[in-house]
Amino acid sequence: MYSYSDFDEAFVRARVAQFTHQVERRLDGSLTEDEFRPLRLMNGLYLQLHAYMLRVAIPYGTLSSHQMRQLAMIADTYDKGYGHFTTRQNIQFNWPKLPDVPAILGALADVEMHAIQTSGNTVRNVTADHFAGAAADEIADPRPYAELLRQWSTDHPEFQFLPRKFKIAITGSPNDRAVTRAHDIGLRMVRNAAGEPGFEVMVGGGLGRTPMIGVTVRDFLPEADLLPYVEAVLSVYNTLGRRDNKYKARIKITVRETGATEITRMVEERFTELRPLFGGNDLKLLEDIRAAFAPPAFRNAPTDAFDAFHKADPVFRAWADTNLAQHRHAQYAIVTISLKAHGETPGDASSAQMRLMADLAEKYGHNDLRISHEQNVILPHVHKSDLPSLHAALATAGLATANVGLLSDIIACPGMDYCALATARSIPVAQELATHFEALKLEHEIGPLKIKISGCINACGHHHVGHIGILGLDRAGVENYQITLGGDGTETAVIGDKTGPGFAYTEIIPAIERILRAYLGLRLEAGETFLQAFRRVGMEPFKLALYGGEGAQDAA
Amino acid sequence: MSRRFTPKIVTANLLREGDVVYLTADDRWSHHHHEAELIDDEAHAQMRLLHAAAQKLLVVGAYLADAKAGPKGPEPTHFREEFRTRGPSNYNHGKQADHAS
Repeated sequence: MYSYSDFDEAFVRARVAQFTHQVERRLDGSLTEDEFRPLRLMNGLYLQLHAYMLRVAIPYGTLSSHQMRQLAMIADTYDKGYGHFTTRQNIQFNWPKLPDVPAILGALADVEMHAIQTSGNTVRNVTADHFAGAAADEIADPRPYAELLRQWSTDHPEFQFLPRKFKIAITGSPNDRAVTRAHDIGLRMVRNAAGEPGFEVMVGGGLGRTPMIGVTVRDFLPEADLLPYVEAVLSVYNTLGRRDNKYKARIKITVRETGATEITRMVEERFTELRPLFGGNDLKLLEDIRAAFAPPAFRNAPTDAFDAFHKADPVFRAWADTNLAQHRHAQYAIVTISLKAHGETPGDASSAQMRLMADLAEKYGHNDLRISHEQNVILPHVHKSDLPSLHAALATAGLATANVGLLSDIIACPGMDYCALATARSIPVAQELATHFEALKLEHEIGPLKIKISGCINACGHHHVGHIGILGLDRAGVENYQITLGGDGTETAVIGDKTGPGFAYTEIIPAIERILRAYLGLRLEAGETFLQAFRRVGMEPFKLALYGGEGAQDAA
Repeated sequence: MSRRFTPKIVTANLLREGDVVYLTADDRWSHHHHEAELIDDEAHAQMRLLHAAAQKLLVVGAYLADAKAGPKGPEPTHFREEFRTRGPSNYNHGKQADHAS
């Protein structure tokens, strides 16, 4: 795992000291709120509906046990004993008090963490495949590149005042688990004809009020060119991006207004200028970083215990069949710990749960934890013989829910229960969907399904790329939920289509049930997933199920 | 054509704690919506908002929110303001736990 260099350490400590003084000056009246707001946002501190919220970056979603324990300590000491993991692999604390925030940032710095650039018009936390370094289908671990991008983008003087925020996602696998096509820059590792690794570079993806799938500006970028190429994209965007209109300021609009061909030409031209200026230092740094991400020393031991438990224990089998993914080492498995127990808040973990996960990662998982954009926690390297003990330990803390990839594994943004921007609630909709279908015992019958819920048009809940997307809006002073179908966040990314008029809060659960009962009725066989069935039959059968035959509309 | 003024209350968040508070007629900041001053005159509302915004060491982001008279005092008319009187719906945190009236 990457450890801070002296430079990193000094930089983060200096920022904590600086912000400590800024908070003091705000509290004694030397700074007005207008002066203070941009300073606190630079350090991840928002003022939300009921309280302040601190957003802490978890670079490329990777945490050590030591860091996870510190997050638990912060939750207990300065918050209400829990944290919320987000779709950008961050953690948010929902109840910090302003005078305590400098101490929290100091506690984060103690474990090489910070909240820098988790807000503002800068390059945000670089996200990565949560199975990085472990997945069987991976070409190379994407995290060294993500760390290189983190170092380069942190406090980069040219990119602190971009036209708008900028999100980069990277995956080392051709199978995209990092939603790269919905990012300002998406990097997907591929091999060229000679078998060399490089990146497909996608630019101008994004969700929000104008959802777009990124366009490929380079089919194959040699890995050695990564940093100058990304800088070239940022540089072109920084010049062309619209600062006159906040809603047209993201690079997705720049790409559409300029044209993919012209943007590509400009990026390539800028890249030609920049490439020689890097002088090889980027590659030297990458080599150093890469050493920090060397794979753990995998154990060679029998896996009989796993096989025996799998055969004998149906509860363990159900969990293993849904929550494990294929590791590149045949004796190992990738474990997804579901933070989606039925009826609980998606992405929330109590401090006790954080500590248990930290302990289990230390005991069984080479000290490695990941946060997925799907708001779960991953133990990427667990020997199969340890899985029965791990499962038993997780079950003691409500962390053994066997639902990964199923209906109740819902992404939900904080919505109007916390967020000042939200137009409706999302958490209770997720909770009710999970408990409703649990009571009907339909979840396993329905099979693989991604439901994603956002509480406003900004789409933090990725609803556009949910197989079923739910968007909460304020329609004439009442919560109203719009449904989209057929979205896909993988390498075959698609923005979902709206079904039609939205549904009231009390109508949204029955509406989703009508969609899923229609699916169960029309699928060709149990193995045809919801998304496959939707692609085969299209929108009409689902519209009929939702609104009836004569276009009767039972909601606003 | 002039529209009738919708009654308002002044609300903000406390600078230090972030808690939602309401301006009362006797110039206190209360945690309880029903203790807020219900303002039915537009000019007076603007004066009260200016008064609130000037208290830079106490509150942040003061604004006028629609309200209506109720048996105990002013009540919110929009669901967002209603949520602000309570706290989140997923946990018993915030006002509903700390300032239950």
